[in-house]
Amino acid sequence: MNRNFWQGTIMVGVTVLIASAVSAQETNEVELLQRELRELRERMQSLEQKLNSAATNSTLLASPDSNGSAPTSASATPAKGWLPSDPLRIGRGGTYADIGFVGTFAAGGSTTKDIEGGTQLGGHDPNQNGFTVQGVEMNLQGAVDPYLRGNANLLFSVDSGGESFMELEEAWLETVSLPGNFQIRAGQILSEFGRANAQHPHTWGFVDSPLVNGRFLGADGLRNPGARLSWLAPTPFYSELMLGIQNSQGETAASFRSDGDAHAGEGEERLPFGYRHAENDRGVRHVTDLLFTPRYAMSFDVTDQQTLVLGASGAFGPNASGGSGDTVTQIYGLDLYWKWKPSNAHAGFPFVSFQTEVMVRRYQLGAFDWDENGNGGDNDGDGFVDAGIITDATGLAPAVLASETVTDYGGYAQLLYGFRQGWVAGLRFDYVTGERAAYERAGLLLVDGNGGGASLGRDPQRNERWRLTPNLTWYPTEFSKIRLQYNYDDRRDLGRDHSVWLQFEFLLGAHAAHKF
Amino acid sequence: MKTKFALLLGALLLATTAHARLNIVVTTPDLASIAKEVGGDKVEITTLARPTEDPHFVDAKPSFIVKLNRADALIEGGADLEIGWLPALLTGARNAKIQSGQPGRILGNAGVVMLEVPTTLTRAEGDIHPLGNPHYVIDPVNAKIVAAHLADAFAKLDSAGAEAYRANAKKFTDALDAKLAEWTAKLAPFKGAKVVSYHNSWPYFAARYGLTMNIFLEPKPGIPPSPAHLASVIARMKEENARVIIVDPYLNRKTAQTVARSTDATVVDVAQMPGGVKGADSYIALEDYLVNSLAAALEKK
Repeated sequence: MNRNFWQGTIMVGVTVLIASAVSAQETNEVELLQRELRELRERMQSLEQKLNSAATNSTLLASPDSNGSAPTSASATPAKGWLPSDPLRIGRGGTYADIGFVGTFAAGGSTTKDIEGGTQLGGHDPNQNGFTVQGVEMNLQGAVDPYLRGNANLLFSVDSGGESFMELEEAWLETVSLPGNFQIRAGQILSEFGRANAQHPHTWGFVDSPLVNGRFLGADGLRNPGARLSWLAPTPFYSELMLGIQNSQGETAASFRSDGDAHAGEGEERLPFGYRHAENDRGVRHVTDLLFTPRYAMSFDVTDQQTLVLGASGAFGPNASGGSGDTVTQIYGLDLYWKWKPSNAHAGFPFVSFQTEVMVRRYQLGAFDWDENGNGGDNDGDGFVDAGIITDATGLAPAVLASETVTDYGGYAQLLYGFRQGWVAGLRFDYVTGERAAYERAGLLLVDGNGGGASLGRDPQRNERWRLTPNLTWYPTEFSKIRLQYNYDDRRDLGRDHSVWLQFEFLLGAHAAHKF
Repeated sequence: MKTKFALLLGALLLATTAHARLNIVVTTPDLASIAKEVGGDKVEITTLARPTEDPHFVDAKPSFIVKLNRADALIEGGADLEIGWLPALLTGARNAKIQSGQPGRILGNAGVVMLEVPTTLTRAEGDIHPLGNPHYVIDPVNAKIVAAHLADAFAKLDSAGAEAYRANAKKFTDALDAKLAEWTAKLAPFKGAKVVSYHNSWPYFAARYGLTMNIFLEPKPGIPPSPAHLASVIARMKEENARVIIVDPYLNRKTAQTVARSTDATVVDVAQMPGGVKGADSYIALEDYLVNSLAAALEKK
């Protein structure tokens, strides 16, 4: 009835329009009328559809839903637009910023004593027996204006001492469409070095970060205030050139002007990197005090089902071993990522992915005299060389370390197999080592302050270590996961260790689209 | 020297003629098929998702960034179907022409009445799209709306081709109109018939042809079927005499077959994307296939 009425009305309108169209002589007017006609027809179709869907919905609602588990019943009522006076809803659509919240926790334990900073090098890794809050991360993102996008990641956590803290993980603005295929990101940013460094813990395939990342790029990854310029090259395949310029000081630049041991607590008997104290408080006085991270990445679709990404990265900046900025660190990295996913995959499964990164670090160690105060290492005047001070085995005098450049290597390879919807099996192999340096060969001793001493041997921060990690992850949905992981760890001079971790994670609000 | 110059000139000419065609990137093959009808030979269409692929879970491959970087326009569904992969690509694409609000950013659902727009949003109900069910193209009436909208959008980008786009859209719409009568008639005898589907991606199709699709193998959208849920589905199918199960190419056919065996139902392979089933490479061919195979399956019972 209703429908006939509308159709009738519209038909009359259409006839009138056609009649006037015929009488109109000017082409412009005819065009205009044709458009109007089309719009009317669309309107009629849309009305017709509204009627139809209303009818369908009423039948849907009328039919008994015996088990009550069918998806939400259909509703033809279009959502009303969000008004500034409405409450802000966390989620997509109608908000100025998409808000997402990821909570990641772990439970488990290890046979080692030095879990935090010793076995588990990453700042968001499980770091104690029992339960660990790996991080509760809030992400805010959206368009700032027509020219810029904004993103902020705030991390809330509880450390192994039970102390709550908040951390500004990332916060940056990014240009949307700069001419010449350029793009600038500026703020507090994760450096684009390899694949794992720029990834947030939520997207990792494992409970913990790779050893080489923890050792070379730091517990919290390489990130600092700065800017990055990137350029999409006009090649037929994807190829992108990036250059990051950031501050080089602080615990988030571990191999640069940091003591490289940010997550170890005060008073722990831990020697600084290269057995030299850090000189990292000079700020940025010159351009050479900055950290530079160039990267080139390219990608090919090998077949419709296989994609390959290759990258080469570098990180160059001054390190904390010399006072005047004449000691520098160079890190070079190569990465490869390959993924296979059949073209009839459901919800992203099945898939197989392989990821590997290798890195080399050249670290210039400055000359260092442990007798800094000229008192023979006896700062408290009790007649003994103070505890913790390194002496030369021959004469029980504070050591003088000559400058030298040390080279370290490391890498990891990981395979993920999503064998059925929601299930992923993973295997990772980690390896890190360093060439034995002169200061390690010197036969230094660590004295106890009472005339006794122990041989130091190799620097634990450069010692050979490897780890094998199988794991199994279940994603009930995209918004939650449960992961069980075992680590077999072999550290030279320290022995073998076993760790088991169970990770659980939830996600609230907007889920940022994953990068490839 | 001369030949070099001629070659250069030739290359330049080629480049300009190539540039004269609108370079349009489309997220999914269903919208791409309509864009092809409307754009004809005046546009170059690049489709990101493959016809057999789950459109919710497409990988954000870097090669897509290159395609989007060079596009004059981007056609997307407009109801968050591509939310899991498109935003990451758009950031990398750095193309001003396809930023939201630009004439080169075309929403496929402009003018379409969306079904199943949730009044409350909670993921306890599964992965629900806040802007309504995004699988609207499969309804031929919506396809007509899409075609008209694309003709307008293309005309804005290329005013010289405006006439051609509108003529193409009209041709496509007329063809659909003729077919729609045939399709409606074909499925008319099965009004109200129950069709079971794996995922809730067919409400527009069901509404158009008067079919009832309210039994799903997934307990909630995006949640894999559990044995307990499948048992309840089997009981319900028997009780309500539902004898046809439809399965998209990327869904688990085995699960559907198991349920079909216990209920004496027929499994029908369907797809929303032209090219998703063999031989149905255009929009009309696909709709033909869907209507005919469903009618055949419903008739059998």
